[in-house]
Amino acid sequence: MPDSVTAAARRLLPSSVLGRNLLGVLAGLLVVVVVLELTGPFRNSQFATMSYYAIAAVGLTVLTGLNGQISLGHGALMAVGAYTTGLLLETGAVPFPVAMLAAAAVTALAGVVVGAAAARLHGPYLAGATLALAVGVPGLAIYFDGVFGGEQGLRVSSPRPPDWLADAVYFVTAGDLTSARYLAYIGWITLLAVLLLLANLTASRYGRIWRAVRDDEVAAELAGVRLGRMRVLAFVVSAACAGLGGAVLAMVVRLAAPSGFTIVLSLSLLTAVVVGGLGSLTGALLGSALLVFLPPAVTGLGTDLGLTGTQAAELAPLVYGVVLVVVMLVAPGGVLGAVHRLRHAWTRRRQGARDVGAVGSSKQGG
Amino acid sequence: MQQFVNVTLGGLSQGAIYAAFALALVLIWRATRIINFAQGSMAMFTTYVALVLIEAGHSYWLAFGAALLGGLVLGAVVERLVIRPVEGGPALNAVIVTLGLFVAFQAIAALLFGSSFESFPAPFGLSGFRVGEFTVAFTPFSAFVIGSVVVVMLGLVALFRFTDVGLRMRASAFNQEVARLLGVRVGGMLTLGWALAAAVGSLAGLLIAGGNLVHPAYMDGVIVYGFVAAVLGGLDSPGGAVVGGLLIGLALSYVSGYLGSELVTLAALAILVAVLLVRPHGLFSRAAERRV
Amino acid sequence: MTKWVRRRRTALVAAVAAATVLASACGAGGRSEGDSGGGAADPGITEDSVKVGAHFPLTGVAAPGYSAIPTGAKAYFDYVNANGGVHGRTIEYVYRDDAYNPTNTSQVVNELVLQDEIFAMVGGLGTPTHSAVLDFLNSNGVPDLFVSSGSLLWDQPEQNPMTFGWQPDYEVEGKIIGKYVKENFPEAKVGLFLQDDDFGRDGEKGARAYIDDQIVAAERYAPGNTDIGPQIAALQAAGADLVIGFNVPSYTALSQLTALRLNYQPQWIYSNVGSDPALVGALLGRFSEGKVTDSSMLDGAITTEYMPGVDESDDPWTQLWRKVWDAHGGEEGELSNYRIYGMAQAYTFVQALQAAGPDPTRQGLVDALEQVGGELRGPAFVPFRYSADSHAGMSGVKVVRIKGNGSEDLSPVQVTDNGDAEITEYTEEQATPPANGIPDVQPAG
Repeated sequence: MPDSVTAAARRLLPSSVLGRNLLGVLAGLLVVVVVLELTGPFRNSQFATMSYYAIAAVGLTVLTGLNGQISLGHGALMAVGAYTTGLLLETGAVPFPVAMLAAAAVTALAGVVVGAAAARLHGPYLAGATLALAVGVPGLAIYFDGVFGGEQGLRVSSPRPPDWLADAVYFVTAGDLTSARYLAYIGWITLLAVLLLLANLTASRYGRIWRAVRDDEVAAELAGVRLGRMRVLAFVVSAACAGLGGAVLAMVVRLAAPSGFTIVLSLSLLTAVVVGGLGSLTGALLGSALLVFLPPAVTGLGTDLGLTGTQAAELAPLVYGVVLVVVMLVAPGGVLGAVHRLRHAWTRRRQGARDVGAVGSSKQGG
Repeated sequence: MQQFVNVTLGGLSQGAIYAAFALALVLIWRATRIINFAQGSMAMFTTYVALVLIEAGHSYWLAFGAALLGGLVLGAVVERLVIRPVEGGPALNAVIVTLGLFVAFQAIAALLFGSSFESFPAPFGLSGFRVGEFTVAFTPFSAFVIGSVVVVMLGLVALFRFTDVGLRMRASAFNQEVARLLGVRVGGMLTLGWALAAAVGSLAGLLIAGGNLVHPAYMDGVIVYGFVAAVLGGLDSPGGAVVGGLLIGLALSYVSGYLGSELVTLAALAILVAVLLVRPHGLFSRAAERRV
Repeated sequence: MTKWVRRRRTALVAAVAAATVLASACGAGGRSEGDSGGGAADPGITEDSVKVGAHFPLTGVAAPGYSAIPTGAKAYFDYVNANGGVHGRTIEYVYRDDAYNPTNTSQVVNELVLQDEIFAMVGGLGTPTHSAVLDFLNSNGVPDLFVSSGSLLWDQPEQNPMTFGWQPDYEVEGKIIGKYVKENFPEAKVGLFLQDDDFGRDGEKGARAYIDDQIVAAERYAPGNTDIGPQIAALQAAGADLVIGFNVPSYTALSQLTALRLNYQPQWIYSNVGSDPALVGALLGRFSEGKVTDSSMLDGAITTEYMPGVDESDDPWTQLWRKVWDAHGGEEGELSNYRIYGMAQAYTFVQALQAAGPDPTRQGLVDALEQVGGELRGPAFVPFRYSADSHAGMSGVKVVRIKGNGSEDLSPVQVTDNGDAEITEYTEEQATPPANGIPDVQPAG
């Protein structure tokens, strides 16, 4: 009987992809409001952090998961977005949403250049080139220190909640709209907008072509796909997301500095995408959550167990590294892949119990 | 003139180190088609093992040998335990596993050995040779570094060209099914490849550490340039790795000496992109021909 | 707590049903303006404890050395706690890892302020890292004391009223070194070896104020790039026979090793940050074995000091630090200058807390420092410049020559200020530590 309920629910849902995604995003927005209002300022700030990782990670999902291009250099693209935002907000003449859009546009432009160079490269050669990108771009900020503030970085004046909004929120929820909560809202609304766009894009013709290119280049080319253009396009979409993520990062961290965009950032994004479940937007969200919530939890645990502050701090990367290895060994499809597998196994067993002999197709998408 | 000579010689010794590291990457790539991001961390670990031995009063050479042996064992163990399950799977999964190892090894070293600077001795002198009235930036130890790298490269070329084991290793990497049909114990070959690569990596770690400071993250910089060098040369070619390493070492030294230290990372990017745009599979790779 | 949660839940119900039930139970009345504003309800302080926090690189490339500082501070706080605390309160010290990455700094400082609810920040390390949290700490009214960096950024009382520097800033140090060179090496051709950030830049500015015409080359290294051969070769080629280094200790060791390779023997002058003779000596000792007899490679190099270091074992302050370390930190390793640095910062914080009186508030702590901070005396040879108009740290240094494992004075203690303030000799006798090792500052005002 639960099946009939879901069937009924399915009938009620809008039939178009756009409509369904829109509904999903609205539901997501509701969840975000509830969660952010229920949690304290520290959790709010963690959610704000998670939002910028997630924005960049879902963008990377399009590139790596859908189109099969590896990038170890998305941290550099985030830097482009962060510096653009910082420079624009510094002028004081630009409202922050405009600065964010500009950051996305500038980074997309950078994505055209990088994508064009990357379109010819494969596998480890692409990895090497993007790795060099990740360490090279922060060097620009040091070289042109007059504009970008050098090693010390660019202080970013992050937006404060306007009074009318704070009053309205207080009237409705009786909670103060703290700066952390406001930034978390900005981050998550951006993230939901990005998710909506990407969900539609991946379901569109482009998504299908990207997957076709990933799965079999030669076949795709024979079918008339212009490989180079599709690759560059994937890079541009992905770069624009990274730029938006960088913009949110700049506002949340209040600083854009070269030491914030080390190779570690780029590699973290890649691990988030793969560990969550490669190719899936939900997986990218899961991976970003892991990046943000795991280290403090482990450090806290270490301190509770009586380790000194220094030892507890070293425990966090240790556990993170072990988690990466274990997830890949136990669940090659990432966390989400494992969840899918479990669910399939469960439904199959139920079907099996109800109707012995029925053959359940359980082929699972990668 | 004096500065030019010194910047050149400095670049060459630095390049030899990148070359050693790149050689290890090439070995693993040829054996298993995996880029080992944990290479630097593993080398750091075995270098610490050597340091512990030296501090316990043993000779440099004993520690040196122990570190190479340690690398051999570590490589084999890592391949058997955590790489084997992801071999042949999606390439990205292997990348993530090696990244996880990279992070974990570094954390373990920090917990075991502490994260402070330690000085690592060198077996040969650290002051430059004198030529006439000048002292040039080339020390007995630099000669040892370059010599070791050349020996290792020649050894690898000989291994792959002239020995039966080398041939079997190449076959296993190239096509496991065919190799198996031909009676090659593919699993053993893959393990051997990792073990050898880790030993070469350990050598690189020791060469970098010699006459320098070590700490759990001391290999981080080398990982990037070593990888760039391997890609530059073409991941299939040991000779390419050495040429790539020397090229990167020299180029970065000139950039640092004449344009500014802050441009070094940008220069690495520019060189790599320029080369890959012309030759997408590196300078010396024949992979392009093989693909067709 | 439960009441609070229940209120929140009510609020949530109201939010969901906002369309129909606009007049919710809790929404009436205006929003309270501003932050907590002070008073006895400040976070992080109770009748019997006060919680302070800091961010340090405990992992990664910047961890060596710096990760030892908080262990020193913790040992001294433990010592104070074991002796009754401050005004009956024990000091709880929480330090977290930011891996020298400003993105992480912003996260861990959020955690310290919002989750751990610290009363004050004490000794957060690094210029780019701490810059990221400057606004946050100041807009949340958290005292941000004794930043572990000599940048000039921490002295902006108008803009950042809660933030205070601690160590002598790099410009002041550069000026004193510059004047010393001008007076004692008037013929020297000076090369500068600079870290490519505010550290090198401020130091260069100070030095150039006195010896601009003597400088023949200024070479910068990017932190993280350990191959400094080209920079040292350039200094040599420029004919510099005296090199002033504004660099961190690992680069002191690297510059010595590189110079050895090139047989380049100028007179070296290192800033205080980079000189730590005990550390660098220990690092270089192994390379000089058998080649240079029983003297460290740094022997004869010139540096500056603003408080006695670990090698001055006769100094009563060093003896105090040794006693504290043996009792409360010994098993974590040797006493080092990094740990002494942390202890000295902790000492200054205890003084500040005492000055803030028996019932300190966040604002009260800052006010007390502005009022009496200039009069505080401790391990340092020189006073702080704290006042209502200045949050700058120590005002000067003395120039010393490294000799064996110790040092000999080359100049008297000198003090100055930023810009074109003159350098003057500071004659006040250095304070001796209190008998029990815990300061006794009377409440200010």
